[in-house]
Amino acid sequence: MHWVSNIIVLLLILGAIYAGRYAARDRFWRENAIELWRRRPVAIGVIAVYLFIALLDSISWVDPASEANALTSGRARTIIDRIFRPETFKEASYSAPLASVAFYGGQPLLHPGAHALGTDLLGRDVVYRTLKGMRVALLIGGLTSLVVIPIALLFGVTAGYFGRRIDDAVFFAMTVLASVPSLLLLIALIMVLGKGTVQVCVALGVTGWVHFCRIARGETLKLREADFVAAARALGVRDGTIIRRHILPNIAHLVIITFALSFTALVLSETILSYLGIGLDGSWGQMIDQARNELSRTPIIWWNLAGASVALFTLVLSVNVIADAMRDIIDPRTRREGR
Amino acid sequence: MAAYLTRRIGYGLVTVFGVLFLLFVLFFAVTDPDDIARKAVGERARPEVYAQWKKNHGYDKPLFINMQASDAKRYTDTLLFEHYRRMLTFDFGRSDADDSPISSRLREGAGPSLSLTVPLFVFGLALSVAVALFVAFFRETYVDRLMLVVCMLTMSVASLLYIIAGQYLVGQLLKWFPISGFDPDPAVIARFLALPVLVGVVSGFGADTRFYRTIFLEEISRDYVRTARAKGCGDARVMVRHVLRNALIPILTNVVVQIPFLFTGVLLLESFFGIPGLGALTVEAIQGNDFSTLRTMVYLGALLFILGQILTDISYALADPRVRLG
Repeated sequence: MHWVSNIIVLLLILGAIYAGRYAARDRFWRENAIELWRRRPVAIGVIAVYLFIALLDSISWVDPASEANALTSGRARTIIDRIFRPETFKEASYSAPLASVAFYGGQPLLHPGAHALGTDLLGRDVVYRTLKGMRVALLIGGLTSLVVIPIALLFGVTAGYFGRRIDDAVFFAMTVLASVPSLLLLIALIMVLGKGTVQVCVALGVTGWVHFCRIARGETLKLREADFVAAARALGVRDGTIIRRHILPNIAHLVIITFALSFTALVLSETILSYLGIGLDGSWGQMIDQARNELSRTPIIWWNLAGASVALFTLVLSVNVIADAMRDIIDPRTRREGR
Repeated sequence: MAAYLTRRIGYGLVTVFGVLFLLFVLFFAVTDPDDIARKAVGERARPEVYAQWKKNHGYDKPLFINMQASDAKRYTDTLLFEHYRRMLTFDFGRSDADDSPISSRLREGAGPSLSLTVPLFVFGLALSVAVALFVAFFRETYVDRLMLVVCMLTMSVASLLYIIAGQYLVGQLLKWFPISGFDPDPAVIARFLALPVLVGVVSGFGADTRFYRTIFLEEISRDYVRTARAKGCGDARVMVRHVLRNALIPILTNVVVQIPFLFTGVLLLESFFGIPGLGALTVEAIQGNDFSTLRTMVYLGALLFILGQILTDISYALADPRVRLG
């Protein structure tokens, strides 16, 4: 399976380079990107760090068998795994941050003072687990959105542009899906599809699709009546070309803002799924869920909870801040009101 | 008006049919009824027990067309038809997990759920609207900016964390309220509900306040506000008498959307604080692979939502002459 992950990483990097080059050529995107960077450098930096760590945790390969790696032979290990070496870098059970003896019993640790955030019940390093969670979080939010946006755009834009029967059908599908409370629908989907990364992402996609689609449809309905679309049509431009050249670029900014907002919603709802026992393996939600009884111990064990929640909070806050700033920059109405 | 009503209700019914079809696809076509039966009676049950269980729970029919039956029965003696018939007549049958009748469990759970969600809803709404109005009054000052930062921070915390922190700080360290539990006796019920309501209000505060603030800011930029000020209204009077009253329509729309959750309960809060409501019932159903209860909860949630939407649209049509009834 590890080569699938590697190929996806490669595709994502290529896609990011392509999008970056496109944005650099276009004046609207270039100026807004510079403005965003000027306003929110810290949040962008935080996201970049998360992305980088997730990237390091996505590239993996199998070592040739030898005596030196007998513990790990045959398994693909990511760069993060290679840095932390969780096979040997672990303790018997709990240990406090930077402690040199075990939390219970007081035996000397194998790696005294080396666990910056201590270890969990099974002796795993908390920093390592927190860093591993970054990939999972970005997977939940990012991959789901990347799958959902094209589908939602396809349905939303065609429904808005062509109207009539297509619009009726898409609108009905949206009404039905939007009528089911989203958390319940999400749970039902995961119960039915089964647990696992792909299933959870599909379920999140099915529930999140409607929101994108509604925005795309509404904006297309407005744009369809715009003068420049009428002009293009009068010149005999084909429908497909009008959509590609005139409609899509004009809803792109909405798509990006909605993406940022739905990203945080997805990451946060995964913690609820983890509590219900249908979350993703290795997510911060699972760490929080596992740590929730540790607070009632005396002395309390706080580092598991702290590691996962601080990482989650920082990510969600940064994305929220960036989404807000983007909306301020792009939407002229809020620019007039505020600041 | 009558024509509009009929059309709106008709569309609502069609949507209910759509939701039921979605549920059918999910719970009968994608999930194999055999799987559900196997999970309920165990892998190594005797074939008779297995067949009997499927018969008792109504899973023993073909999906769409019954080839063995004749005439109309060919289409009515199927899982699809039975699913529609039972859901539309509110005959929810028995739980897949423990055979208890679902409708009686719904009746038992509704009370505790409402006793949690109604105060949560009222306090949350009052607090968010009041703070949003206050912030909109002080717009573009440091009060406004500080409040926006607070909202942003509270929005970025997972709800699971609020519950854990609330139980730890208020329940365990300060010992103000019991950590969890429930007692329907009116004398002590408030003690058990205080903490979950507090946690619920805090976790919803950020997003709601920001949303209502935007609504207020939009209203403030309208012409009637300038008129009111021109004729000599004070700032406070403009906010309360003019802006708040006009903003009630978009606020109400947002409120109606939340009404189904009053009945279906709050999944996490109920299950964490040991409140035997419908949310806790749902969590139990998820953990116990109880598909029939989960199906019923999803259906009821959707039904209430559709009903709420119809009521909103009708009250719009009554209140706002600009809504065309054509």
